[in-house]
Amino acid sequence: MGNKQTIFTDEQLDAYQDCTFFTRKEILRLHGRYHELAPHLVPMDYTKEPDCKLPLALIVAMPELNENPFRNRIVESFSEDGLGNQSFNDFVDMFSVLSEMAPRELKAIFAFKIYDFNVDNFLCKEDLEQTLNRLTKEELTEEEVQLVCEKAIEEADLDGDHKLSFADFENMITRAPDFLSTFHIRI
Amino acid sequence: MGERWSSATLKILDSMPSRTIGRNRGAILSQYYNRTLQLRMRRQSRPSLRDLPHSSRPSLRGYRVESDFSETDSRALVSNLQKLSVSDRVRMLRAMPLSMADKRQLSVCPRPLPLPPRPSPSRPLPPPPPPRPSLPQAARQLWYSWFSFLHSLQLWQLALKRVGGRFGTGVLSYFLFLKTLLFFNLFLFLVTGLFLVLPQAVHPPPAVHPPQAHQAPQRPASFSGLELLTGGGYFSDSVLYYGYYSDTTLNRDCDNNGSAPSPGGWRGLDCARQGLSYSMPLAYFFTIGTAFFITCIILVFSMSRSFGQSFRVEQSPSLLAMKAFCSWDFKVVKTSSVALMSENIGTQLRVGDQPTSLPSGLIYPSYIGSTVACALAVHTHTHTDTDTHARARTKRGVAADPQPSEAHLLALPVAVSLINLLLPGLFNAAGWMEEYDSPSVRNSVAIVRNLMLKVSLLSVLCFHWLGREATSGLQCWESFVGQELYRFLLMDFIFTLLDTLLGEFLWRLFSEKVLKKSRRPVFDIARNVLELIYGQTLAWLGVLFTPLLPGVQIIKLLLLFYIKMSSVMLNCQAPRKPYRASKMTTVFITLLCFPSFLGASVCVTYTMWSIAPSRACGPFRGLSTMMQAGRLWVEQLRDANPHLTWLATAHSYLVENPLFLFVAAGVFMIIIYFNSQVVGGQRKVIALLQEQIKNEGEDKKFLIRQLQTTHAKKRDTPARRSQQVRHCDDAVTRRGKASFSLPDSDPRYSSTFCNRGNATGRFRLSIQSPAGIW
Repeated sequence: MGNKQTIFTDEQLDAYQDCTFFTRKEILRLHGRYHELAPHLVPMDYTKEPDCKLPLALIVAMPELNENPFRNRIVESFSEDGLGNQSFNDFVDMFSVLSEMAPRELKAIFAFKIYDFNVDNFLCKEDLEQTLNRLTKEELTEEEVQLVCEKAIEEADLDGDHKLSFADFENMITRAPDFLSTFHIRI
Repeated sequence: MGERWSSATLKILDSMPSRTIGRNRGAILSQYYNRTLQLRMRRQSRPSLRDLPHSSRPSLRGYRVESDFSETDSRALVSNLQKLSVSDRVRMLRAMPLSMADKRQLSVCPRPLPLPPRPSPSRPLPPPPPPRPSLPQAARQLWYSWFSFLHSLQLWQLALKRVGGRFGTGVLSYFLFLKTLLFFNLFLFLVTGLFLVLPQAVHPPPAVHPPQAHQAPQRPASFSGLELLTGGGYFSDSVLYYGYYSDTTLNRDCDNNGSAPSPGGWRGLDCARQGLSYSMPLAYFFTIGTAFFITCIILVFSMSRSFGQSFRVEQSPSLLAMKAFCSWDFKVVKTSSVALMSENIGTQLRVGDQPTSLPSGLIYPSYIGSTVACALAVHTHTHTDTDTHARARTKRGVAADPQPSEAHLLALPVAVSLINLLLPGLFNAAGWMEEYDSPSVRNSVAIVRNLMLKVSLLSVLCFHWLGREATSGLQCWESFVGQELYRFLLMDFIFTLLDTLLGEFLWRLFSEKVLKKSRRPVFDIARNVLELIYGQTLAWLGVLFTPLLPGVQIIKLLLLFYIKMSSVMLNCQAPRKPYRASKMTTVFITLLCFPSFLGASVCVTYTMWSIAPSRACGPFRGLSTMMQAGRLWVEQLRDANPHLTWLATAHSYLVENPLFLFVAAGVFMIIIYFNSQVVGGQRKVIALLQEQIKNEGEDKKFLIRQLQTTHAKKRDTPARRSQQVRHCDDAVTRRGKASFSLPDSDPRYSSTFCNRGNATGRFRLSIQSPAGIW
């Protein structure tokens, strides 16, 4: 409430509070986390909006993401270049969408991006196969994977193009009450 | 199976509006422009069905189809955002799927451009004044700083994160439930502490020497350690219990010339007033009533919110796709837990969905039988207890109130806690022998059995306390019941500790050292949550008789949190079975509301309404019922101030008359009926919309196929025409001049002609595409 911090200006912090689901303290804490990923690269003074991006490898080394099978896709979905190089804005964005208070719609949009491995705006069979293999750590046999993929697409595909578009995905997500609680990372 | 679209078709399909949700910046901006417009235009009215965000078809959202969003439109969006209220704007900004940089551009307040300076060559212009923060901005800063402060008080953030990271959402939900209960108790404690305990502690009731026949016995002077367990002894005549509270108006020095106090302690108005007066009976009555009412509202609100998140209008089968996309718990960070989760998901995906049905056989009679047997045992024990006490009392006379030995009082709580601990374990053990179709059915049956046991035990105890103890002729039965509840709460805590120690710690040691297995015990979430609910029911039952009981419950919950947390981290392993966290949380909040809180409030209401308070102690001594305090107050108000007669008549018609309650219940039932009809109607609409979506999909496929074949035909026909051209070339060479007409004179196509100089068949072919489709 009265702490003098020199990392961000007040307007910046207000803008962050308006645009994300974090409070002031959490944003400062996030900056601390971002800084400790690469202390020599990340400046402590963000008032001048420095253009600093951290590569994918550093971000997926965070303990919150390290064991997640989709960590590369998560970081890539929240980066501007699509390769996983995140600025602090992207970093905050990522954890804001994955926080508790993000609405279902927003999470569904980004979940779709994460599971879309070939970035073609559809969850096709190959995307689903990759998802399943990462989920089960390749424990299922080839035939089982094929069977599950076909059945899943058949169940969820509404317009009959044998792929899941975002509309199909969102429709399925709204019927899953657990989505909000599982698609959540506490930072 | 799949259609083979040409690459041109695919490129066009990719830029269709429904494919670009969340990707195309222009589409997002236009979508949110429309949303802000709608929000501004119809802020008050109820949104129609197609505006609900759950609709899956983007075409129903009605956003604009154009994909490039010009700068002016972007500014229009910004101005729209500015015109919304602050909370709406923030909510809209946060929900936009844009990057942070884009959002910050949209959230920037467009400052009015400074006026061009008037040319004045003589003196330089003064610098412009710095922008002053406006009032709404200052208020917003204050709100954010308050919110930050509140958030920094977040209890146990790190501990919850560790538990979630290791065990996932299921076990975390237990600790979150504990936190919720802590806040309920904190609220109750503050309310009763502020309005009841503090005034009474500041103005202790005068000690009367010598203790008269109709007064409650004085407290013994010494403090032995047993009091902490039994709640009696030193604590018996303290602010902890109902009996201590005076029935008079505090801080009023009335002329008490030894006359018997009037019923309810309503002294005449000729008492001298010293400063603020505080009527204890009224305070007691209204505080308890208001606390229960507010707790009820908060409970119903949180239950409905949790229901809204997890309940789906249509009956959804558990889809394989849902399992694939929604079952990975992103919170889990520990390597072994992650491996376990992968294994679980693999098993789930393989096994698939199975029909659920309840098991049959002879198991039901055995469970019901054992539950009934325990309830009867408790009933007879209490019955014989009261009988012996009554007989002892009549033998020794009315004057001395026999206090059975303090340790003997603990027998009943210990017995009940033991039953609570052992019987569910027995049920679970027997449950392994049964066959179930799916683990979720097994879980539900276990929960129902445990619940039935607790409900029957509690109802027997309530019947015993309110039915028999209240009319048994004990001097101060409310204090006694309060002490009983305190003992029950404490014994429950001790036995939970014992269970944690034996069930988890010792079992882990046993299985590691003796059995040499690395299987640690699994944390049984449902059983632990039901224990919490049971404890909370006791606390709610006891608030009337023991205003400080919420404080005891707070201490108990705090200790329980740390003990359970350390036990779980040390001794338990992640659950092997899948746990539907959000559904179970809804179930538990519902259980907290319905059997638990409803039962407690029904008991409290019954006590206030029908049972005669004891004559020797407490704030309602001498009155026929506790409700009478309110009635007398209203009458007194009416006598004192004739203008308030309407209050008295309103009171007599609304509160006293049961007809009002019937009417209110009837109105509620009508509302519930209407809502259920609305839900049924929405289900039908959803089915129709899904049909429509299927049909639209078919239409789209048909159109694309037609267009592609037509395009292909056009491409092919020039190949045919090349042959014709060769023919026509030959004909031309043969005839010298030829004129031919095209085989198809489609108005969409402009004329084609063969390039006579080209023998390979290359043509200039121009097709005018039908507008709007491409």
